[in-house]
Amino acid sequence: MSIFKYASPSTFYPLAGKIAPWFAVIAAILGAVGLYLGLFRAPVDFQQGEVYRIIFIHVPTAWMAMVIYLVMAAYGVMALTFNTRLSSMMMEALAPTGAMFTVLALWTGALWGKPTWGTYWAWDARMTSTLILLFLYVGYLALINAIDDKKRADKAGALLVIVGSVNVPIIYFSVKWWNTLHQGYSVATSGSSMDPTMRMPMLLMTFACWAYAIAVVLWRVRSIILERESEAAWVANLHGTASLKMSGARA
Amino acid sequence: MNWNEFFSMGERAFYVWGSFGAVALAITGEIVLLRMRLNKVQKKVKP
Repeated sequence: MSIFKYASPSTFYPLAGKIAPWFAVIAAILGAVGLYLGLFRAPVDFQQGEVYRIIFIHVPTAWMAMVIYLVMAAYGVMALTFNTRLSSMMMEALAPTGAMFTVLALWTGALWGKPTWGTYWAWDARMTSTLILLFLYVGYLALINAIDDKKRADKAGALLVIVGSVNVPIIYFSVKWWNTLHQGYSVATSGSSMDPTMRMPMLLMTFACWAYAIAVVLWRVRSIILERESEAAWVANLHGTASLKMSGARA
Repeated sequence: MNWNEFFSMGERAFYVWGSFGAVALAITGEIVLLRMRLNKVQKKVKP
């Protein structure tokens, strides 16, 4: 037996149902601790004042916006090369949550920008490329819903997401490549510019967002599996239709 | 610790709570919508 056992919708459906609640619990715990440390324990920033606390939610949502897109692109590659149904379903399950995190990253960024930089929005390199990321998510969802033939829709969607993934490194490196409005990295591999008391809640909130995203994507993919495979025999078995028929035959 | 001071966020309440509130709203909304979607399809596949 290998990991491919769970590459089929019929085996992944119950597995997703079993592991999703655990990630939801992890998200709730990490989120609660992260919020407590971020809102009550982390000191005031000497430059930006209390408003800097927005980073505890802004940075995690922005990271998730990029990470979810890359995960989608990886599933896109799998969908195109191995032609696995579950990969396309995972892409469809990831996109709404990715789009939601992108909207939140832009929204919290705007609310941070106004008091800190004096403007809600600027055509700064990072902000513009993040807006393009949102258009990619929305474009993918529009595309797969516009094509009636599901197989063709999945292929076209996977292609769009893979091509669009070139945008993610642009977002990430934008603060280094262009000297525009957005500030530099908050966390770096060598010598982070953040104090540990501020970095800790941000990392906890990031892991909370990770766990949350895994939980909701697993829940959504369960819906998608049932919607797409509602005619399949295993779905009927799942809810005891087959056993009902059998008992009916006996009677 | 003073709660009024906490909620005022150094005169930046609109920005700070506007951010955290939006995230809370989005997460709650997503969970409710997912619940409804799963209930709907589970009802459909059940005889």
